[in-house]
Amino acid sequence: MAGKPKLHYTKGRGKMESIRWLLAAAGVEFEEDFIETKEDLEKLRNDGSLLFQQVPMVEMDGMKMVQTRAILSYIAAKHNLYGKDLKERAWIDMYVEGTTDLMGMIMYLPFQTAEVKEKNLALIIERAKNRYFPVYEKALKDHGHDYLVGNKLSWADIHLLEAILMAEECQADILSAFPLLQAFKGRISNIPTIKKFLQPGSQRKPPMDEKSVARVRAIFNF
Amino acid sequence: MFQQVPMVEMDGMKLVQCRAICNYISAKHNLYGKDLKERVLIDMYVEAILDLNELIMRAPVQPADKKEKYMADTVDKATNRYFPVFEKALKDHGKDFLVGNQLSRADVQLLEIILMAEEVKADILAKFPVLQSFKARTSKIPTIKKFLQPGSPRKPPLEVKDVPKVLKIFYGDQ
Repeated sequence: MAGKPKLHYTKGRGKMESIRWLLAAAGVEFEEDFIETKEDLEKLRNDGSLLFQQVPMVEMDGMKMVQTRAILSYIAAKHNLYGKDLKERAWIDMYVEGTTDLMGMIMYLPFQTAEVKEKNLALIIERAKNRYFPVYEKALKDHGHDYLVGNKLSWADIHLLEAILMAEECQADILSAFPLLQAFKGRISNIPTIKKFLQPGSQRKPPMDEKSVARVRAIFNF
Repeated sequence: MFQQVPMVEMDGMKLVQCRAICNYISAKHNLYGKDLKERVLIDMYVEAILDLNELIMRAPVQPADKKEKYMADTVDKATNRYFPVFEKALKDHGKDFLVGNQLSRADVQLLEIILMAEEVKADILAKFPVLQSFKARTSKIPTIKKFLQPGSPRKPPLEVKDVPKVLKIFYGDQ
């Protein structure tokens, strides 16, 4: 019998958080092995566990999967969260790449100097409100369905909820001009597996604090 | 969709986001493996290749004082992190293609990145005999051979003198 998937990463969001969200939303229980020191990372590298010497790495279905998007695509396809055909998959991919770009900007904020951080925070808020959120608001408005693609829950919806919550941590009322996204947020948050993941005590990780920033810098040498 | 290019008009859609576009084309043309496990292996290889591609792509815009170190780091990653994996994969199964004994997007993108890396350092494949054979063999596939000939839509490397023009298109007057 296959064991639970095992996630290898630091004890923080980073690039692994979207994977945690997707597994949780799919109702898949998983274990985590946290990298706490540089030596932990070196050990994984020396064991030959990391195909390109990098994490995230997820042990699942007899594989040691690396590369965030490869892992996410696999989980989505395996759990019927990737649309019903090629065209739906293309739409999901486009939407997910947009939320990936937005969350990618937010992810690096804790590592920036105060001056750069202030500028980038303003840029993130501007992009969220002018480039990204309008696209998802319009998509939901145009078809009037509960979900972004194919009238069915997909990876795109889960990823969008994660991005919305991260953006709200940047500016609490960032959805003020987006009524459909507000409704979407409420609705998707109530899906039982996702609701459980949003409760305290779940494997969802909090935003980074200064201590975590220092630890991550030490582990990855930057 | 997100005010960005690339954008490809195809099959009644205006596709954006490189990965979405490449995923669609690959799946449509049977270059994405035969099942989920082949696809995830192809994805792992392709994502790594895209990381190296991005490193090389950003070289022309590096500030002059950082460029030498940047190029050294890029060559180091190519020769110590990425190429050894593909050399080993081909050596281990002994087949002509990276995944599933069949041409896939992973092979196409590997050839592309090999040629890009050779533009950075001509003998970058010196320690990788299996990749050298792969390069020769894959270059001979008729469609690919045609693309490698002069007059094809293939684009040359970005020259440093053209960088300001590109930046102006995307970022306006500086």
